[in-house]
Amino acid sequence: MIEQVAEPLPTSGFEKVVLELEVNNHPGVMSHICGLFARRAFNVEGILCMPLPDGQRSRIWLTVFADQRLEQLIHQLERLVDVLEVRRHGADHEVFVQLERFFQ
Amino acid sequence: MMTMTGAELIVRLLEQQEIETIVGIPGGAILPLYDALSQSKRIRHVLARHEQGAGFMAQGMARVTGKPAVCFASSGPGATNLVTAIADARLDSIPLVAITGQVPLAMIGTDAFQEVDIYGMTIPITKHNFLVRSAAELLEVIPQAFRIAMSGRPGPVLVDVPKDVQNQLVTFERLPAPAVPDPLPPLDETAIAAAARLIDEAERPVLYLGGGVIHADAAPLAVTLAEQTAMPTTMTLMALGAMPVDHPLSLGMLGMHGARYTNFALQESDLLVCVGARFDDRAIGKASQFCPEAKVIHIDIDRAELGKIRRPDVAIHGDVKAVLQALLPRVRAQLRKRWLSHVASLKSRFPLVLEGRDDPRSHYGLIQAVAKALDDDAVVVTDVGQHQMWVAQAYPLRRPRQWLTSGGLGTMGFGLPAAIGASLAEPQRTVVCFTGDGSLKMNIQEMATLAEEGGKVKIVLMNNQSLGLVYQQQNLFYGKRVIASNYRRPTDFVKIAEGFGLETLDLDHSEHPEADLAAILRRPGPALIHCSIDRERFVYPMVPPGAANTEMIEG
Repeated sequence: MIEQVAEPLPTSGFEKVVLELEVNNHPGVMSHICGLFARRAFNVEGILCMPLPDGQRSRIWLTVFADQRLEQLIHQLERLVDVLEVRRHGADHEVFVQLERFFQ
Repeated sequence: MMTMTGAELIVRLLEQQEIETIVGIPGGAILPLYDALSQSKRIRHVLARHEQGAGFMAQGMARVTGKPAVCFASSGPGATNLVTAIADARLDSIPLVAITGQVPLAMIGTDAFQEVDIYGMTIPITKHNFLVRSAAELLEVIPQAFRIAMSGRPGPVLVDVPKDVQNQLVTFERLPAPAVPDPLPPLDETAIAAAARLIDEAERPVLYLGGGVIHADAAPLAVTLAEQTAMPTTMTLMALGAMPVDHPLSLGMLGMHGARYTNFALQESDLLVCVGARFDDRAIGKASQFCPEAKVIHIDIDRAELGKIRRPDVAIHGDVKAVLQALLPRVRAQLRKRWLSHVASLKSRFPLVLEGRDDPRSHYGLIQAVAKALDDDAVVVTDVGQHQMWVAQAYPLRRPRQWLTSGGLGTMGFGLPAAIGASLAEPQRTVVCFTGDGSLKMNIQEMATLAEEGGKVKIVLMNNQSLGLVYQQQNLFYGKRVIASNYRRPTDFVKIAEGFGLETLDLDHSEHPEADLAAILRRPGPALIHCSIDRERFVYPMVPPGAANTEMIEG
């Protein structure tokens, strides 16, 4: 019997990256974004979201592991209508570093 | 200044968008919208018998015209019944705008009668969705819904409108302009030049066309590219019709049920030019062994498709029509005699064998007989299963948008309502719906809609008393342990169709099957044509799921 088997996903040894998303500020945006990561079992280590001063948009900060799907996932994020921009930073970005003391 | 209710505003905006037909089913939470629709002189409503049928009828309209189509459903079960048709539209990139009623704003989240979170449920299966919280928002949301559905890679959009928002009065200065698609992405000249070089230098290139070629109205350009550069051309299930099947460069469909020579030619190619296709597993088999020697050019409007399965040597993000237009003057005209004659020898050694093609009561023969009685103006719709693959292999498709099938989601029950929708949008055409006994039962209630609307829809039922493709897989891959794939009691489909008010023809009892078939296909109005076929005839060749495309099995 032949089973349909996709290549297994590698699970370890990836570096962390920080993603900065500019999004429209309305209910439902977080569901669209989190749903995308959850469906592909993409582990979101940290998430932070606040509205920007104009109130129309929000900024979301995410830390994720950069496995080989990350580039495609960023394209899928950019495809979401409410996602206006995605920027990629290194794991040492200060936004999460400064938060660390709240998680001790 | 204008003042109207949210419901009236929706109808006005739909009229402005030049929507002429809406398919749906009313219910409590969408009654204000139906009340407003009753006053429209420009939009006609077609009453489906199940919301899934409504969704697929809208899809049928969108698939033959290329324009967004609209369906309505009420809250709760009405909305959940639409889900399959929406998911199907997502996977096949069909522009669809689904408008659902919702319980009043203040009752959302309280488990009110017929309340479901259809917004939450449809996030992963829509291109985008909206929950409208005030009538004023509709001024923006409805045009946005159409713009999103038809821009870039098309797809379904859901707009959930609470009942009180439908009733709310809104005052505004003027209606917003009707939605138009977003401008096309800029041409990537560097990538196009690189692609032209690869095509010029290749010795054994294959052009691989996907549904995106149909969506972008780029089929004639794709054929021109193939001719100019002498590239043998294969099509995915979604692209059939892009190049006429009898074109000398056509390799027909690739993949799980493609011809052996097609998959062998791909295996030997040194360049794969993928246009608007997405390397689906049913098309390419085991990804790591697909076209192992080929460099890849991948052209797609959706950047997220580039590199998703196979890393391209040249990736071109853009509208495939615009890219092909820019590519054509840059590629050298070639004859490629050696490659084409090799492909021809593969074709003669490993052809597609259409067994029984002269017997109109065998599966391939029935398809041939139907094709013989119709011309290229006819629309060919299928359901999902063995009959779908046989039609894909054997029907002489020659025109883009001639072929409507559920490719990505593979939804049994797609055929009949999609065929009705195609006929609603283009009533001058004969629409033939090939179906199986398993699939037809999944939306058989739409026979009532068909009888009422009276379109020239001809259902061709290949009845083998089973879920044939399941039965086939159990026989081939599960040690002949047959479970839950055969129907123990036969259904009298002819009587059922008569009960709904359709004309019928039972080929099992016909003395002159070919003549009777041609006659009923010519007559106006809907009909069911029934034909029993042999359960033990399987779809071949077949690439076992998970295997490489070159590991095809034959009957």
